[in-house]
Formats: sequence, C-alpha cells, structure tokens
Amino acid sequence: MIDRSAAALVLEDGRVFRGEAYGAVGQSLGEVVFSTGMTGYQETLTDPSYHRQIVVQTAPQIGNTGWNDEDDESHRIWVSGYVVRDPARVPSNWRSTRSLEDALREQGVVGIAGVDTRTLTRHLRERGAMRAGVFSGDAVAGDEELLTRVLGSEGMVGADLAGDVTTSEPYVVPAVGERRYTVAALDLGIKSNTPRMMAARGMEVHVLPLGTSAEELLAAAPDGVFLSNGPGDPATADTAVALARAVLAARVPLFGICFGNQILGRALGRGTYKMRYGHRGINIPVIDVETGQVAITAQNHGFAVEGEPGEVFDTDFGPAKVSHYCPNDGTVEGLRCLEAPAFSVQYHPEAAAGPHDAAPLFDRFAGLMDRSGR
Amino acid sequence: MPKRDDISHVLVIGSGPIVIGQACEFDYSGTQACRVLREEGLRVSLVNSNPATIMTDPEFADATYVEPITPEFVEKVIAAERPDAILATLGGQTALNTAVALAERGVLERYGVELIGADIEAIQRGEDRQRFKDIVRDVGGEVPGSRVCRSMDEVRECVAELGLPVVIRPSFTMGGLGSGMAHTEEELERLATIGLTESPVHEVLIEESVLGWKEYELELMRDRADNVVVVCSIENVDPMGVHTGDSVTVAPAMTLTDREYQRMRDVGIAVLREVGVDTGGCNIQFAVNPANGRLVVIEMNPRVSRSSALASKATGFPIAKIAAKLAIGYTLDEIQNDITGETPASFEPTLDYVVVKIPRFAFEKFPGADPTLTTTMKSVGEAMSLGRSFVEALGKALRSMETKAVGFWTRQDPAGTSLEDTLAALATGHDGRLYTVERALRLGATVDQVAEASGIDPWFVDQIASLVELRATVIGAPVVDEALLRRAKRCGFSDRQIAALRPELAGEDGVRALRHRLGVRPVYKTVDTCAAEFAARTPYHYSAYEADPAAESEVTEQRERPKVIILGSGPNRIGQGIEFDYSCVHAAMALREAGFETVMVNCNPETVSTDYDTSDRLYFEPLTLEDVLEVVHSEQRSGTVAGVVVQLGGQTPLGLARRLAEAGVPVVGTPPEAIHLAEDRGAFGEVLREAGLTAPRYGTATSFEGARRIADEIGYPVLVRPSYVLGGRGMEIVYGEESLASYIERATEVTPEHPVLVDRFLDDAVEIDVDALCDGDDVFLGGVMEHIEEAGVHSGDSSCALPPITLGQTDLEEVRRCTERLARGLGVRGLLNVQFALKEDVLYVLEANPRASRTVPFVSKATSVPLAKAAARIMLGATIAELRGEGLLPATGDGLDLPADSPVAVKEAVLPFHRFRTPEGHGVDSLLGPEMKSTGEVMGIDVAFGPAFAKSQAASYGSLPTSGRVFVSVANRDKRSLVFPVKRLVDLGFEILATSGTAEVLRRNGIASTVVRKHYEGSGNIVDQIRAGEVQMVINTPYGNHGPRVDGYEIRTAAVARDIPCITTVQGAAAAVQGIEAAIRDDIGVRSLQDLQAALRKGRA
Repeated sequence: MIDRSAAALVLEDGRVFRGEAYGAVGQSLGEVVFSTGMTGYQETLTDPSYHRQIVVQTAPQIGNTGWNDEDDESHRIWVSGYVVRDPARVPSNWRSTRSLEDALREQGVVGIAGVDTRTLTRHLRERGAMRAGVFSGDAVAGDEELLTRVLGSEGMVGADLAGDVTTSEPYVVPAVGERRYTVAALDLGIKSNTPRMMAARGMEVHVLPLGTSAEELLAAAPDGVFLSNGPGDPATADTAVALARAVLAARVPLFGICFGNQILGRALGRGTYKMRYGHRGINIPVIDVETGQVAITAQNHGFAVEGEPGEVFDTDFGPAKVSHYCPNDGTVEGLRCLEAPAFSVQYHPEAAAGPHDAAPLFDRFAGLMDRSGR
Repeated sequence: MPKRDDISHVLVIGSGPIVIGQACEFDYSGTQACRVLREEGLRVSLVNSNPATIMTDPEFADATYVEPITPEFVEKVIAAERPDAILATLGGQTALNTAVALAERGVLERYGVELIGADIEAIQRGEDRQRFKDIVRDVGGEVPGSRVCRSMDEVRECVAELGLPVVIRPSFTMGGLGSGMAHTEEELERLATIGLTESPVHEVLIEESVLGWKEYELELMRDRADNVVVVCSIENVDPMGVHTGDSVTVAPAMTLTDREYQRMRDVGIAVLREVGVDTGGCNIQFAVNPANGRLVVIEMNPRVSRSSALASKATGFPIAKIAAKLAIGYTLDEIQNDITGETPASFEPTLDYVVVKIPRFAFEKFPGADPTLTTTMKSVGEAMSLGRSFVEALGKALRSMETKAVGFWTRQDPAGTSLEDTLAALATGHDGRLYTVERALRLGATVDQVAEASGIDPWFVDQIASLVELRATVIGAPVVDEALLRRAKRCGFSDRQIAALRPELAGEDGVRALRHRLGVRPVYKTVDTCAAEFAARTPYHYSAYEADPAAESEVTEQRERPKVIILGSGPNRIGQGIEFDYSCVHAAMALREAGFETVMVNCNPETVSTDYDTSDRLYFEPLTLEDVLEVVHSEQRSGTVAGVVVQLGGQTPLGLARRLAEAGVPVVGTPPEAIHLAEDRGAFGEVLREAGLTAPRYGTATSFEGARRIADEIGYPVLVRPSYVLGGRGMEIVYGEESLASYIERATEVTPEHPVLVDRFLDDAVEIDVDALCDGDDVFLGGVMEHIEEAGVHSGDSSCALPPITLGQTDLEEVRRCTERLARGLGVRGLLNVQFALKEDVLYVLEANPRASRTVPFVSKATSVPLAKAAARIMLGATIAELRGEGLLPATGDGLDLPADSPVAVKEAVLPFHRFRTPEGHGVDSLLGPEMKSTGEVMGIDVAFGPAFAKSQAASYGSLPTSGRVFVSVANRDKRSLVFPVKRLVDLGFEILATSGTAEVLRRNGIASTVVRKHYEGSGNIVDQIRAGEVQMVINTPYGNHGPRVDGYEIRTAAVARDIPCITTVQGAAAAVQGIEAAIRDDIGVRSLQDLQAALRKGRA
C-alpha cells in the first residue's frame, strides 16, 4: 500500500475536505464539479471540456480497470484536479497498460483521495460549482492561506478557454470506406470519438483550429460544418459565434454538440447562462420534442441555452425550435432551425464515456448533408 | 403516452410457495404491482396460494384468491372474475408458465383476456433457448456454441462436436433446476438424463463451456414507446459456473471499462427489443472472457426476476412498481422517480456506493446433499449490504448471514489446512468461498495465485488481500488509536472482528466502548438513485464510516412523532422465512396508522419490509448488535425512540433482545426476561408447574451419560435437541441407546453452556399449534391448528387444519385454559405461540414461544384477524379491549369460537428435496422429522376439509390423482389404521399396489391389491415403476430408524423426482382420500378471501 501524505480540498466558500495525496503532489486550482458516471474515468479525464476543472467522481471506487492505450479522448488529461474516495490498489483489465495513478502522476495531475465525495457532492449541489484548490505535499499550508490562493484564481464565468484546447494545426480524419461527405469541424475541444463516429459514416473530417475564419472555412466548400464541445463560458466565444452565423447565412448544413449547441444558440440570438451545478454524467434523459422518445445521454456542461421545451422562436435565419429538453430540470438540450439546415444538441452523441442512444444524430447530420445536395 | 383506457380490471398471478429459486422477491414485486394498479383506479384480482405473502392481504387487491396457481384453478378465477388482462411477469416462472399454459389451452382467447407485460410470443422467444440464441446472433451479439437436444443420442452427438466440459440446461425450469456442468462422460450421461426429465418439454440445451469467465447481469426496462433504460449492472464475484443466485454478486459492475460496459448495454437493449418484451423489466446475463474481453450473451428472463428485486433495492429504482405502470400503458418519462420526487423514471440510476449480495445456504439441513455450487441454484436466501466501498459492503454482508462465522477471523480456521489444500478448494464454488480466498491469502498465496485458482477477478482478490494486510496492521499496532480504528471500520471490520484480533480490548463490548470514546461512529448515507445529484425525499439509509472529518449523516430530524424501530428477520433460511417478514411489515403498517414513525432495519433484499414504501424510514443494515445499536443511536439523535420491536422477526432479532436491553435500549413487548423464561428449560418447567400444566417428562444433560440416564428414566423414544434453536435445528427422535450415543457424537458439542434437552417423545399424539395475543392480562386466541401429521414431524413441515377438524369442545376449552395460563405465567405482551400434544385425553405443553410464529400469517388469513398488527399495537401499550373497540380485533369472540360455518383452511409445507443430489447424483431422502426442512407453504381454503386439503396439495405438489395406481407400504403399527382409507381408494376406482406384508393385511380385510417387488428384490420393482411413471400416488410410512428404511428412502426419492404425491403418515393418507373424493366430484370452486371473510364476519356478528 502506498503511504500517502495529507492533502486538502479547499472550496471558495471556505469549506475544507481532507484526504490523502493522490496522483501528482502539489497544487491545482480550478472550478470544482462532480461527475456521476460509474464508468469511463479515462475518457472523462482526457475530455478537453474539463479543462481547468477539478473533477469529483461520485462513484466511490476509481481506477479499477487501470489505464489503456485506446480510450483517451484527446492527447492528454485535461482536468486540473481529481477528487476520489477510493483509488484502486491494482488495476484489472485485459487492456490495461498501467494504473490510473501512474497516468495522473506522469501528467502532473494533482488529486486527492479519501474524501467523502458524497458529502462534497451534496454541498456542490446546494451551493453550486465553485472555485477550489487541491493541495498536497509542499503546497499544503494553513487553511486561510489555501483559501486565499483559491480566491485568487479565476472563475469559470467569463472564461475563454477554447483557445487553450483547440488543435494548433488542422488535421484530417479520413472517412472509413468510401468518402461521401467532407465535414469542416471547428475544434473547440473536440473528443477523439467524434471524428471517429463521423468517419464511420463516410465523412472525411477536417478538424480546424479555433482561429479559422469563416471565409477560409467556407472556401473549402465543405458539405457540412461541425461545432464541437469544449470548455469555458459560451458568452465569451464571439469568434465561434460569428463563424456559426456565417455558416448559417451560407446555408451550409451545421451540426453542433455541447459547446457547439451554445454557439448555435448564441448565433440564433439566444442567451446562455451558468447552471448551478450543471449536467455531468452518463445517465441523463433527454426528450425529443417531436417524437417524445427518450434518449439516455452522456453530458458534460455547466452552461445552458435559454429557452423552453418545444418553444419556437424567430431568428435572423428563419424560425428555430427548442427540439430537445432534459426532463429532470427542463433545460434546453437541443436546437433546430426550421428553415436553415442546422441543428445542435447539448449532449454527447459520440458518448465515450456513456451510452450510445444518441449516435443516430450523426446519421441525421449525414441526412441533412444529403438533402442540401452540395 | 397516457394510461390505456381499455383495461379496467387486471388479474395478477403470484408465484406461490417459497421454493429455492423463487422466494419472497415475488411477493415484493407482486405487492408493488397490486398497490400501483389500484392507485391507478383499476380493479385488481389476484391468485396466489402462499398465505405468508403481503400481496394476499385482502386490502391489496379487490378480489384475492388464495388458490393453487395451476391452469385449472386460474381458469376458474378467470371465469369468476372476467378480467380484461392478466399480468404474469411479476410472479416469477410459476406465473409465466401458468400464463403460457392458459394461452395454449385457449383459455385466454375463450374469455377474451389479454396478457400484458409480455405476450406469449415474446416469452417463448426469451425462454426457448435456440430461438433466443438466433435472436442474439441476429442483432450482432455472440453466444456460446450450443445445440438443443431432445434425446441422449442427440446429446452425445452434440458433445462429440463441442467437446467437454459442457453445460446442460433444461428448457423451462426455474432457478437453473436440473442444470449442471459435465466434465466427464459419466457426468454427461447422468446430468443430461436428469435434465431431460426435469424439463417440462423434455428438452435440454448443451452448451460450450464458459466456465471461469466473468459473469454479469443487466436489469433493463422498456416501455411501449420503445424507451429502454438499464436500471443496474451486476457483477458476479464467482465466475461462470456458479448459478447467479448462488454467487456473491456486486453492483454496480466493478471491473468493466466504459467501452465494454456500453457494448454490453447495446447488446442487451438490442436483444430486449428483438425479443419483444413490450413493457416492463427483464434480466440478461452475459459472460466475458477475462483474457480478451469476448462478450457472449447467456440468457434472458423476460420478466421481473430475483435479480430485479436485488437491483431495485440496490439502486432505489422500484422495477416491479414501474413495470406495472408500464404494463397499463404509461411510458417511463411519465412516471416519477419516487426518490427524488421531481425527476422522471426515464433515466439510469447511478450509485455512489457498492452493493454486495451473499447467498445463504442450508446444506446442514440435508445431510448427504452435494454442497458443490453449480448452475443449479441451491441457496435458500440471501443478504445484501451497502457500503461506500466493496470491502465495507463485503464485511457488512458477511456479518448479515446468520451463520456461525460473522466475518473473517471470527471462527477458527479448519484444522490442518495447508496452502495447497486451500488453493485446491478454491477451484470449485462452495458456500463461504470468500473465506477460503482470505485464508489462502493469509497462508501466503499471491493475488495472482488465488485469482488463477478460483477464477475470481484479481481486483476482488486484491480487495480481500488489502483486508489481510490491514488485519496484520491491526494485530501489530502498538495501540489501536483513532486513525487505525477508523481505517479498520472504513474497511468494514466489525467490532467483533477487531475484538478477535485484539483480545486485550475485552471483546466486542470493549471495542465498542473504545470506539465510542474515540468518537468513531458511522454516518448514514441515502440510497437516492442519482449519486446525490438531486435531493432525496425517501429516507432509505445505510451506514458508512468515512475518514474525512467533513462527512455528514443524512438522517433528518423528526421530533413530532415517537419512533418505533422494527428489527426484521435477516436472510431467509429454512425455519425463518417470509412469515416473519410478513409480521414485521404488518407492525410497520399498524404502528404508522397509530401515529408512530416506523423505522425498519433489515438486510434481506427479497422482502417487502425492505421496500422503502413500507416504513417511514428504512435502514438497510446487518442485524447484529453493533449495527442495531448504531441505528438506535442515530434515531435517538434525530428524535424520540419509543421502543424497539424484536418479537416479530424471528430468532435473529429475538437473539439480540437481552443485550439490547442491557445496553439501555427500550425493547418493547414481552420483556427479554420472559423470552428467556420460555427458552430456558428449567425456568420454563417452573412456569408450567406454577400454572399447573403438563409437559412431557424431560431432562437436561451435559454429557452422553447424563442423557442416557434421563432417557432410561423417562423411556424411549425420546426427542433430543440442543437448547435455543429455531426450526428444530439438530433435533432428532431417538429410539434406543445406540442411536442416542450416535446423536450426541454427531450433532452436538455438549457442554455445560450448551446442554442437550431430552424429552419424552409422545408417539401417536395429535399436535396442536396455537397463536395467541396477550396484553399482560387479557388473552386473545388467534387460532388453533390441528396438525395432520402426528407429533414428531416439525410443525413447520407438517400440514395443519384450522379450525381443528377432530378436536372436541372439551379439548378446545382445555387448549384455551392452558394458553391463557401460559401467557399470563410468562408475562407475554404481544404474540405467543404454543405447541401442544394431545395424547389419551391429556394435553401436554411441548413448547411456548413468546414471539410471532411462522403460522401468524396463515391464521390471520384463515380467521380474518390481523394478529401481527394487533401484537405490534399491544407491544406499544394498547390493550386487547381497546383493539376490540377500534375494530382491529373482533368485538367479541376469538379464533377458538369461530362460527359454525367457517371455512376450513389447510396449510401444507413445500419441501425442496428435488433440488438436492448427493455427490453421486442420487436424490436426498424426503423423510420428515423433527428438524424443519421446508422452504415455504401454501394454503387451501374451502367450505370443508376435503376440498381445502385437495387445494393445498394441488398448490404444493400438483394435483391429487383422480384415477390410476396407488402404492401402499406401511409400518406394521400403521397397517390397521390404513385399511379404511385404502378401501375407499379402491371404491373410488384406484388400483392398489402393495408390498407383500401390506398386501396380506389388505387381503384379510377384503381389499384386493397387486403385490410388487421391494426395491432390493430386483428389477421391475416398485422404484422402477415409480420412475417409469406407472404410479400416481405413494403412501409410505417410515418403519423407524432401522431395517427397511433404505427401501423407503428409494421409494420416496423416486416419488419426489416424479413429482407425485408421497404421503408419509396415516393421517396424511386419510386427508388425501378426502381430497381425492372432492377432486373426483369436481365441485371444487374458487372463492375470494374478501368473500370468505365477509361471510366470517357476518357469522360472528
């Protein structure tokens, strides 16, 4: 058994949770959020949308299946800090190549174990996601001092983070089999499985950095444009919103997920707001207003688009509709333009981690491109 | 999609008696269904032959038929009730098979009844193994290679292709009955022959072995809008090869990555859709090759199952309740999640704790039975526990089992076991395999060695290895300080385990005192379906120890109403089953109504008591002193505890009474001292003497010499048993000195602390059971039951009639007098069960138990008086007079002066013999004795004894024959009394087969019979004839302990294997004849309990 030194998780409201050092030793600051998925920690940790967040796993035993070479959703771990109750002593899985803790250490992710994650989650549920810090080793100091450091860090509201996570160079994910479409995907923090799922449907995916201009993007005459997920406050994403408006104006089929849904929402003139503690899990129901059908979805968002389930509203690009909502709290889970070829969802049809119920949305995107006949 | 408006009356089919593989989880699911359907304004009719169920309480349905669940009787109910629809997916395999039979016979069509939940096609697609495999392949899933075989030739041919080992699975049986794994040619021959016989369609599936693979289950639900959710994933710690009901299981799955889990989910959903279960729950089992992740689908239950009950309790998602709503047309998103109160049921529960279920076995009851765990389920019950980690939940589950060992290190290791032996033992599934894992690790085996030897995933083995390491730390620490204590508690160590490791801490009490002094106490978390994402409204709690000082308890304060804590009965086992849960549930209902806040503590996931709807608060906790004291503490901190009820949950809570009282806990009802009075032979003798009551002569011995002296003095036969037992454990009738010596040697560790009781055994006496209430002064006789078998057969195994059928008025008055004196003499406040024996006009008191008995639900149903509810009220201070005034008890009269035209109720026990085999593959003996062996019971109720008895037989064993051959072979002493019943059988047209001695007696009495060879007389003998299906009923009374007993054994096991009635007592034979007469007249009707009870009340008024 690893002898662990003391560690502390300090919240901006002054509450302190004590545990033991886990992963890298040191200090990490970020917004503390909880994720309720019982599987898929590797995907969660490598999801760029968690950039600058300290993730609390509500599942109490983490690391059981170790770390493998296939399930990363990007080239690195993005979470800034990691909070668990019981880390596995040994991993057990035929694909595992090393332990989760080794991966955390290698990538310098400061974590804390032994915390009563349920009490912490209940606190966050009531008080909302907030700034926090994980401290271990030499970074440990008096609670006052630690709190000062937390209060000195930046919050999530107003944070423009997509620039941190976007690819530096464009790259192409080739279609599997015959190429039927070319898709320009704006990388706001895209996960590996997204281009993979599009590729499986005959799309050649050109993943483009955030700085790409609308002119450059449209000049390549893609069959469709995709807006990915990503971290940060959508209210700051003016560049991406401008690009989305250009795509809408050009009537190029557009599909957005998560952050992409918020970008489309803003492009359609809707506001976004910060939720108290957001949706982070792989068990979240979404209802399609049209069919009444329920999909169990993977989600990871702290901001949402304003709107009511089923609401139809006017936009600069013709009428649009709130096409999907979450029956847990009535929040907007999807938008659809009724005339322009554009739609988006707040959840993750690429899953990873999470259920595959929403995968047909990629087919819908293909259908939209078919119909637009470009 | 809103509720369907074309259904206004639903018939719910229950699951009948508790048997292995089908226990009270179906009462839980059926009760939920009835409740939901009535809330929806539907008329609900119900058929279930099991009187100990909550669902058969008259208030749960509009018309409750306690009738046999056979196509014949259910058709009669349909004819009487004319329902629009039948819901059969919540009553286990029994209900499903009955529904299939009704459809095949055209009954459903004839009466225009729709099967809701799953249609016949879907049931057959799910259960027909070959069709199911094709479906899995069609949706892109994999299955083990296999073939359906209908003869031994086909079996041999198939195995030539697949190679050994193979798994044999008979079609359409429950709990894996008749299935097994064949490693050798001989095993193949034996198991496949049995399997072909056990299958009602004479069909077995021979399957590629996935032995040793990881085993998983998913619980899924689908609505009619085709929404599907996975409620729970379950991982079996025991790898493939052990029936999931016999495996230690964990929820959620612990060793799957998201990719593998989602693949399983995708395949599961695709299979569910393709099979076409319209609405409701289903369970799919998977195997995963640990080397490469290959996933194969094993099987599916297109209905609510045992695992569904487990999943419901494990997640807080009430599968049966929601299945019932889906069946009448709602969709998942229209149904609210009760626990959060604001989110819909269309989501997948997520857990922030770990659930462990451990099966409870009863091999000690069936000497000779093979205790190896296979694909045939053998466990009789289970306990579940929740903790914040696997090891914490494991520790709690191990101490919930009510076994001699209560967690690691609480029992001596078996002497002289080497590491090699221990590792070798791990290769096969056995009761307590995790104890063996721990021992192997402690003896120096590595995690890999143990994982290799057992097939258990290394992650689980490593978890146990962490406990072995912590054990060493606890032993080696200079002092047990707060940090170490907290660490040990967080890993699930009980005070008792710590005491075993640190003897200087002065035992469990010493550890508890130290722990309290250091402030190391559990917090109580909530099962909320959502890992705290939403606030929970339902107080369903479990304990956990946290190291984090910020940890919170979630028990809310409630100071307006006084609280009553009801202790449940723990895992089902023989002698302690659903009947006790029934009483606990009734107490919760009655006390809630009387203004108390009710708090339930139990660890059995199958029960109604652990439904969060039953009490105001639920603590899913082990029923040990430590865990109960902590619950009491938690409740005292959050309000006022008026009392703790220990008398309704059977021996488990009763055993805690004294120590709870000593710890200052307010135990209500009959005081612990009075309980002791009844259980201590000497003290009880004093009570009897003072009350002027007679008991069989007895003595208490602490050595064989002593026992021999007593037996000589009072005369053989004697009944010998250890003191303080339930279910007659270790009890035997001994006919001579030799067998007395052998008993003492075999059965008991005789010491001054554990004396053996030697009672005179009353041959040929009539046994009488009484359940009564006493408020300290007034006595209310609930019911008097006359046993059909004579004294000597355990009361739990014998059939009985209420009202008594042969007792005269003077006998009954004597019963009343004795019961009243005993109740007052003992100082009973609540329920009292007395067993009497009547011999030659003398009424002997055999024993008295100041607690709820197994017969309370039966009596309550037969007499329409809620005894357990009344008892609970009395314990909290109400008097019998007050309860009469309230109407909870009848205004006048009691169970002894029932109106003359009262119906007759017959209780029959259901025995599990056919589930057990010796290691050589023979059946185990089905002979009844003073040790209880039955798993459940049924009730037959009708206007007279004959039809009531016929119903009880039909409900428990299949119908009594109305024609054919009856084999008669009886002990000499019984020959005279059997002449009349046998004569009657001949008159009714039966052919009599008899052994030569019996035939001679019959001939002299003018009864013709065919002489058949005894078993040892060579081929064509009676055993062969029974096996060949040429005999329809057997009357075979045992000859005592010597001589031809072996013959009787073969006859009885053959009868059990063929599922024909096998009557082992003279009284039973007479009753059977009456039943057969009623069956031949074919005038046995069905009548609802509501109807019968209205008549009873009218008769009383």
